[in-house]
Amino acid sequence: MQKDAILIKLTEVFREVFDLDDVVITPDTVADDIEEWDSLEHISLISAVERTFKMKFKMKEVSTMKNVGEMIDIIAERTKL
Amino acid sequence: MTNLSYPFDSDYILKKKRSLKKELLSSGNERIKKRIAVLGGSTTNEIVNILELFLLNYGIEPEFYQSEYKKYWEDAVFGNEVLDSFRPDIVFIHTTSENITGYRFDMSASKEETETRLNEQYRHFEEIWEAVKNKFGCPVIQNNFEMPFYRMLGNSDFSDYRGKINFISRLNEKFALYAQNSENFYINDINYISACFGLEKWHDRSAWYMYKYAFSTSAIPEFSFNLANIIKSIFGKNKKMFVLDLDNTLWGGVIGESGQQGIEIGSETGVAEGYTEFQKYIKNHKQLGVLLAVNSKNDYENAISGLTHPDSVLSPEDFNIIKANWESKDRNIEEIADEISVLPESFVFADDNPAERNIVSEQIRGIAVPEINGIEDYIKVIDRNGYFEMTSHTADDEKRNEMYRANAQRIQSEKNFSDYGEYLESLDMNAVIDKFDEVSLSRITQLTNKSNQFNLTTRRYTLSEIKAVSSDESYIKLYGRLTDRFGDNGIVSVVIGRTENYSLHIDLWLMSCRVLKRDMEYAMLDRLTEICKSRGITRIYGYYLKTAKNSMVKNLFSDFGFKKLTEEENGNSSYVLEISGYQKKNRYIKINTNGGY
Repeated sequence: MQKDAILIKLTEVFREVFDLDDVVITPDTVADDIEEWDSLEHISLISAVERTFKMKFKMKEVSTMKNVGEMIDIIAERTKL
Repeated sequence: MTNLSYPFDSDYILKKKRSLKKELLSSGNERIKKRIAVLGGSTTNEIVNILELFLLNYGIEPEFYQSEYKKYWEDAVFGNEVLDSFRPDIVFIHTTSENITGYRFDMSASKEETETRLNEQYRHFEEIWEAVKNKFGCPVIQNNFEMPFYRMLGNSDFSDYRGKINFISRLNEKFALYAQNSENFYINDINYISACFGLEKWHDRSAWYMYKYAFSTSAIPEFSFNLANIIKSIFGKNKKMFVLDLDNTLWGGVIGESGQQGIEIGSETGVAEGYTEFQKYIKNHKQLGVLLAVNSKNDYENAISGLTHPDSVLSPEDFNIIKANWESKDRNIEEIADEISVLPESFVFADDNPAERNIVSEQIRGIAVPEINGIEDYIKVIDRNGYFEMTSHTADDEKRNEMYRANAQRIQSEKNFSDYGEYLESLDMNAVIDKFDEVSLSRITQLTNKSNQFNLTTRRYTLSEIKAVSSDESYIKLYGRLTDRFGDNGIVSVVIGRTENYSLHIDLWLMSCRVLKRDMEYAMLDRLTEICKSRGITRIYGYYLKTAKNSMVKNLFSDFGFKKLTEEENGNSSYVLEISGYQKKNRYIKINTNGGY
């Protein structure tokens, strides 16, 4: 999947999970940028992303992912044909 | 909300939980508030979030206490200030196989050592339950244990005493035994739910390693739904009645076209077997006190002919009401509700036709309309919805069908009298009206949670609260049991009054709608005033707290001859009765006592 397309779909997931209709994310977005994105909601977000893109993060990736850009990289890698 | 009944879309619920919550909170449905303490052996946040949605959907607005991570035992056994002041209405112990600390894989262990370990592990939990019972006296819900995700001994893990599966199975059995011997204690059967979900999907090791969730987050909706069903049942929100279509619902085919010979029931074909099993499933519900009705677009004769098919499991006598006509189904449902004095929101309407289902769920607020598509799935869809989740089973439950049938006979007999008083006379009614006794406490509790219409304050009581009232002499507490020539109606009325100096304040006054217009409420009042007099009480204060369902008793106290004191804008009002001038009102019921007062 193309990274731009992933970002668009990912934005939808963020909006649904955090119930924020107008949230905008970029590859540089980190958890501190979104008030609702705390450690408890992180797992909801990860699960929702996994279900949406029909892929799984490795445990190591979840604990080292620094920003949305890295998340997109992993999704792109995993959804490559 | 249909999104929240089985089969639901778990992904959708998890993703949309925030907006679903907003929607539920703004629905304007009537809700009761309950405090639920969740004592967890693993992370509980998301479980609580999703549980809240299902409870709101059942009309229960929960407030939660969550223990610190893994502090379930300490919280229960030692307590803490926050939990103590929270005063839970329910304590839920969320433990799983991850919290089994007493098991160790040891091939050299003797049978005796394993037995000791098992008993110690069991005691660890029993201590929690006893502590909660003593401290809060509220209902306890405890998970049993799911099967582990690997088996050191392969298949022998089940049968060998050193196997973990063997250990878990025996522990589960001990939990069941405790439940059998305790009131107010309920098992959340996650062993079953995890199997339904699929053990391989259930166990998500990264969720455990990283977030200490004991199972996959995808399983949380099914888990929380199962738990919500127990809670709603404890608070009296079970369904009460099946309203069933006939053609292609209770048998295959259309009887009006193919006649009795042509419908599919019995064991001749696979489809016929499916309908036979479904009929058995429905019929078994009678033993749980669930009422049955037919609601079918058919000529009445055809309906009866289908139900008297030689292979039919259900017979016309199994139904409390049979509506087979060409009226619209929602009309029929309203009539059934009227005739049997049960609110239509406590019905489950089963019909194979999506158009009929749609009309009924649009027209009848709160009714459950399971999406049954194909006889092979009827039982599964209905069963997993937990409409009739059993948390208490009183002697009255078993007799309920009989009671409603007797009621139908009464209605029949009423038609033969021109004068209503003459009819009441002919019923030859006898009532026992007296102090709560031990054997009646669970039925009384059940009534306080189930009665909506003839209920002045709609106060809900748990079993332990009823016990407390029962043993507190400052309360006057009456139950009324009514029999007549058609049978025993069981306990049908409860009154709880709190004495303060020379006054009595009525905390609770309820009556089953089965015995409306029988003078039973007068009999209760007569007896209450009599007891008050003997205690030197001179005034009775009555309160009417308005709900969406109890307008039937809006003027009850005025009708009793009480003087209105206050009336608030929200419809609540208060009344007083001076006992000195009170004249007995009951004319038709002979009153007996059991020696309580």
